[in-house]
Amino acid sequence: MKIGIACPYSWDVPGGVQQHIRDLAEALIEAGHEVSVISPADDDTPLPPYVVGAGRAVPVPYNGSVARLSFGFLSVSRVRRWLKEGGFDVLHVHEPGIPSLSLLACWAASGPIVATVHTAIPRSRVLLVTYPVLRTALEKINGRIAVSEAARTTLVEHIGGDAVVIPNGVATRRYRKAEPLPGWPGPGGAIGFLGRLDESRKGLSVLLKAFEILGPQRPGLRLLVAGPAGDADEVLHKVPAALRDRVVLLGQVSEEDKVRVLHSVDVFCSPNTGGESFGIVTAEAMAAGVPVVASDIDAFRQLLRGGEAGELFATGDAADLARAAGSLLDNRARRADLSAAALAAVADYDWSVVARDVFSVYETVVLGSTQVKVAAAGQDFS
Amino acid sequence: MGVITDIVIVVAAALLIGVYVSWRAGRIDRLHARVEMARAALDVTLLRRSSVALELATSGLLDPATSLLLAAAVHGTRSDGTDGGARPRDLAESDLTRALRAAFGQPDFRSSLSGKEGADELLGEVEATAHQVFLARKFYNDMVAVTRDARRRPLARVLRLSGNAQAPEFFEMDDSLIADKAGASLGL
Repeated sequence: MKIGIACPYSWDVPGGVQQHIRDLAEALIEAGHEVSVISPADDDTPLPPYVVGAGRAVPVPYNGSVARLSFGFLSVSRVRRWLKEGGFDVLHVHEPGIPSLSLLACWAASGPIVATVHTAIPRSRVLLVTYPVLRTALEKINGRIAVSEAARTTLVEHIGGDAVVIPNGVATRRYRKAEPLPGWPGPGGAIGFLGRLDESRKGLSVLLKAFEILGPQRPGLRLLVAGPAGDADEVLHKVPAALRDRVVLLGQVSEEDKVRVLHSVDVFCSPNTGGESFGIVTAEAMAAGVPVVASDIDAFRQLLRGGEAGELFATGDAADLARAAGSLLDNRARRADLSAAALAAVADYDWSVVARDVFSVYETVVLGSTQVKVAAAGQDFS
Repeated sequence: MGVITDIVIVVAAALLIGVYVSWRAGRIDRLHARVEMARAALDVTLLRRSSVALELATSGLLDPATSLLLAAAVHGTRSDGTDGGARPRDLAESDLTRALRAAFGQPDFRSSLSGKEGADELLGEVEATAHQVFLARKFYNDMVAVTRDARRRPLARVLRLSGNAQAPEFFEMDDSLIADKAGASLGL
């Protein structure tokens, strides 16, 4: 099938939507489909062969921050040319509520169109005000996908109609192999944590308390913590002085280093106290084959198959976390078992599986429809 | 005889000082009133600019992305914290300027639209109201500067001639529709 995907944000800027599109496109190509992605991108940005640059995105204020978007009649004509040359069987637009390429593609095309909504749109009134203008574009969508329940709710409330929820996938292959950071995990063992340090729901303080119990019992054990923090010193001061040099804070790390961090520890800990709908970081650790210790919130219970693919502990209970992590650190065979179980479990969330779900949405909307064409209504604008 | 002359001089001097002080107080009061009028005029021009921008956004002349961008910026200038995402007025109005600039700054923007029904009038109106904002803000800030200066004089400070009136604040915003004049400072 020939698939055209429209990305609203600059390809050269890292972001969740861009990464989603990249992973989806690569999974679809691997499954044997022809994929073309149109995205704003600076002219000198090296692009993967399946991405068509639509020119530089312009920084504009949108919803209280500056976003880099593509709009205006030049973008419209580029999108129209891409649609004409592509001859797509289905058009997949991402975030059609953002004033950028996706909206333009939706507006300029006719035929089978699928839209994915990633984030909740906070300003419903804006949509209402411009609804006469947007209606033409948004009414053409044949199939809607939301990446989360929250995104689905926004879509239902603000645009109308329903959506299927297809969560983000995990590019498991990207996590499978990496060189550990130099000197890690070390002879005494290491526990890892990834996430915002100052967001209490991520639960770092529970892990630090557990380390107060584990640290003195295991003289060589170290803690590897990666993630942005408002004040790193404040985090370190929560740790007793004697243990402080065994807690290593890396700050924010790149995507590649993140994978290396996962391979640098014996046990990965997800001590979240709530607010997690899926647990992408935990899934990535599983994809790296690291044994996971996680709090028993619903998301992790489901992801870890009720404890088969990772150790669960009572949410917020540092003593229980110390027990669970300790027993894993002491038992190499159990760690190997959990690693294998985690790899098997996370395969369910691999992009190849998610892309299949997305593809079945394509198949549904393509039934009885012709190819994607440049819409007659869009012709009068040039 | 000498005593009476002295008394007359003292009384006359006190009278003169009183008249002078009350004139100064009256001037500060009038300045505050004029600042308020200038502010009201500025508000009117800002509102007019917003409503013309919204008319342009919903006119169907522009592509939907530019329309949505403008409508969102207009919405930002109206919201007052009721839907959680409010920005201070000056920042929100600057956002609208930048959104308009992004639309108007496209190469051949005017020529691509001219000839369409009502396009030239509407675009002209947007530019005219934007220019009014520039003027009204200039006048307002001039009044604020004069008023603040009058309040800062030693006599005004010692005798508290401005009473309970708050010192007026300057209204700073990006109000240039021409990119190269204001764009650099904003990193746009």
